[in-house]
Formats: sequence, C-alpha cells, structure tokens
Amino acid sequence: MEGELAHIGAGLAAIGSGAAAIGVGHVAGNFLAGALRNPSAAAGQTATLFIGIAFAEALGIFSFLVALLLMFAV
Amino acid sequence: MAENTNALGEVAVGAPPGMPQLDIGTFDNQVFWLLITLVAIYFVLSRVALPRIAAILAERQGTITNDIAAAEDLKAKAEAAEAAYDKALADARAEAQRIAGETKAAIQADLDVAIEKADADIAAKAAESEKAIAEIRAGAMDAVAEVAKDTAQEIVAAMGGKADAKAVAAAVDSRMKG
Amino acid sequence: MADDAKGGGGLEFHPMDQFIVKPLFGEVGDPVHWYTITNATLWLALAVLAIIGLMVLTTSKRAVVPGRGQSIAELMYGFVYKMVEDVTGKDGIKYFPYIMTLFMFILCANFLGLIPMSFTTTSHIAVTAILGFGVFFAVTILGFVKNGASFLGLFWVSSAPLPLRPVLAIIEIISYFVRPVSHSIRLAGNMMAGHAVLKVFAGFAQVAAIAPVAIIGVMAIYGLEVLVSAIQAYVFTILTCVYLKDALHPHH
Repeated sequence: MEGELAHIGAGLAAIGSGAAAIGVGHVAGNFLAGALRNPSAAAGQTATLFIGIAFAEALGIFSFLVALLLMFAV
Repeated sequence: MAENTNALGEVAVGAPPGMPQLDIGTFDNQVFWLLITLVAIYFVLSRVALPRIAAILAERQGTITNDIAAAEDLKAKAEAAEAAYDKALADARAEAQRIAGETKAAIQADLDVAIEKADADIAAKAAESEKAIAEIRAGAMDAVAEVAKDTAQEIVAAMGGKADAKAVAAAVDSRMKG
Repeated sequence: MADDAKGGGGLEFHPMDQFIVKPLFGEVGDPVHWYTITNATLWLALAVLAIIGLMVLTTSKRAVVPGRGQSIAELMYGFVYKMVEDVTGKDGIKYFPYIMTLFMFILCANFLGLIPMSFTTTSHIAVTAILGFGVFFAVTILGFVKNGASFLGLFWVSSAPLPLRPVLAIIEIISYFVRPVSHSIRLAGNMMAGHAVLKVFAGFAQVAAIAPVAIIGVMAIYGLEVLVSAIQAYVFTILTCVYLKDALHPHH
C-alpha cells in the first residue's frame, strides 16, 4: 500500500516538470521578444538567458528528483 | 528496500538496486577517483595545454600584427611610388607645356618678323604704286591741261581771235584748279 | 522492486541500472572499496584521456594556421576565457585554469556518457556534489580572504529600503546556501533524467508494434541529450563564474 502511495506521489511530483517547462518557456519567450525589439543588445544577454533557463530548470529537476526518490528510495 | 544491500556494496544480480546514485557505499570510491581525475585534468591543462594554446594565440596575434604592419609598409611604399609617378607625370607635362610655349613663342616671333616684313614690303609696294599712280595722274593732268590749252587755243583761233598762248594757259590752269 | 518496474505485456524497465557502480574487474557482487577500480574509474580516466587528446595532442604542432583539432582546442579556450573575462572581469582571469578544468571535465564526461553502454560519471550526485560544494567552499573562502568581513555585504542589499533589508538578507543567505545544492543537483539531475528517459524509450522498443516510434523517440531524445550535455557544462561553468564574481565584487 505504501508503495502504491509513493508511486502516486511520484506522479504528482512529475507535475513539477511541466511547471518548470512553463518557466523555461517564459524565460526563452521573453528573451526572444526583447531580442527582436533590440537585436543589437541580444547577443550580450545570451549568458543571462542561459542562467535564467538554468535556474528555472533546476526547480523542475528538483521535482524530478523527488519523483525518483519516491519511486526508488522510499 | 534494495538500499540495505547496496549500502553494503553488494549489488545482487537481477535485483534492481533502486537509485544507484543514493548508494552511499560507492561514494568514497567515486569521490576518490574524481579528485584524482580533477587534479590530473588541472595539471594537464594548467601545465601543458593552456600555456601552449595561449602561446599559439599570442604568436598568431603577433604574426597578424606583423603582417598588417608589413602590408601597411607596402601600402605606404606603393603610395610613395604613385606620388613619384604623379610628380614625374606632372613634370613631364609642365616640360611639354614649356617646350610647346617656347616653340609657339619662337614661331610667333618668326611670324611677326615675317608679317612685319611682308607689311613693310606691301607698304613699300603700295607707296611705289601710289607714286606711280600719282605720276600717272599728274601726267594725265598735264596732258589734260595741254590738251585743254591746245583745244582752247584752237577754239579761240577758230573763232577768229588771236589766241594769246599765255592767257589761255593761265585760264585753263585757273579753271582746272577751281 | 522488480515487480514494480514490470509493466503489462511483459515490458521490463531498468532505467537506473546504467548508473550502477560496479568493479571493473571481478564479479558484479564484489564489494566496492574506496580504491577499487570501478566502471566510474574507467570513464573518469577516459575523460582525462579525452581532454588530453582534445587539448594537448591537437595542439602539439603549434601551427599558426590551425588544423581541425587545433581549432577545436582554441575554440574551447577562447570560449571559456571570454566567459570568465565577461562575467568576472579582469581580476577573475587568474582563476581561468580552474574554471577551464571544471568545464572540460563536465563537457567530456557528459559527452562520454552519451556513448551507448557507457557510464555517465556526472549523473552521480556524489560526483556533482564534490564539484558543486568544491566551488561553493572555494568561492566562499576566496570571498572572505579577498574582502574580509565586507564579504557579508553580499547579503545586505544596500539598494533596498532599510526595513526590507533584514528580510532580504535572510532570503539572500538561504539562496546562497542553496547554491551548491542546486548547482550539483542540476547537473546530476539533467544527466540522470535524460539517460533514464533514453532507457525507458529503449524499453518500449521491446514491443514490435511501437518499436519504430520508440526508436525515433530514442533518436530525438538523444539529440536533445547532446544539446543538454553541452548546455549543462556551459551553465555549470557560467554559474561558477557568477559565484566567483560575487566573491570578488560582493557589493551589488
């Protein structure tokens, strides 16, 4: 029984991956919108873009980690 | 679950071990080899690779700088040559102009002399001709006067008068002057 | 666990088996001591060899006009050098070899992990935690050595209104101590997730009906993983540079 509950919890934690996807899309989309308005300034901000994507994605990875822990370690 | 066996480093064949990442028993092994790896990479990079690449890049930069300097040198030389060529051309043109001017002046002088001479000749000829004409005219006048005197004497004589030659001549002269 | 992983129709998924650390020589069940030569050791050594091949052997001719290999080595050098210079400024250049070490190790380990049947060393929390916490402690110690107590100004946001500052300071401190955790788990999690997904797709290929779809899926995920491998190395490196910048110039 506990194992089944853990699996349900893992599935719920996987929702976080979708949320992280929204976040990453938000970062990239806003970067693109800004870059199209001022293309000359875009090249200098790609590092910031990747840092932003990394931060947004890290939280999704955390939820993935929670899912994995529930699946295999609980 | 499977963690208990993994923690002892005993991975049972056929049994999924859960998350191998959480298998504490292998951490010391991984950390040990990772540290050796990192130290090895650090020494390879900092002692051999990075200085070498930095030297290559610096050398290339130097070569490029030298090449650009050489190119600039050549360009300056080409510009100097072009300037010299332009100067020679301008000199030659000026020389040609000078020669042409001189020639023109000489010709003009010759021409002037010739024209002057011709003018003088023409003037002399004209004067001569004028003189001749004047002579002829004078001759003609004399002839006309003579003819008029003779004619007048003859007419006077024919009219029965005794013609005084002197008076006739004087009359004719006065008439001709008037 | 084996029953849990079994789906209907006799599908067997062992997505995590590829991460098992086992002795390279000897039986699978042999104990793993700290000095045991394991598959992790093998792939770490291969990463070192790859770096030597990529950075040392290709540049051995020292050609002024670079060949293919030398161009790659110079590209790597220039890429990381410019990153360090742009993010940390001129005074961060002297830490360039350390950052280059991190970058080259993560990049080579990630790419070697993409070879089928290989072992991904960077997918292990133990490895990335050493990297992440190593960066964290190095940067923190460096910050205190360079700036003394004024390094704590990093947490005191002087541009914020005064009443807000203590709250912000708490948030800043928490985020500062979360840094190494997220720094290491991001790398390990990305690698682990990608490889596990590859294995799951490969597991679907056991059923003939969906095998073509599964194999196309494996190809697509593999392409994504190539991208992720490079991006995670880049992200790890640039975040290291950002932390280094915070240590060198703690005032916002």
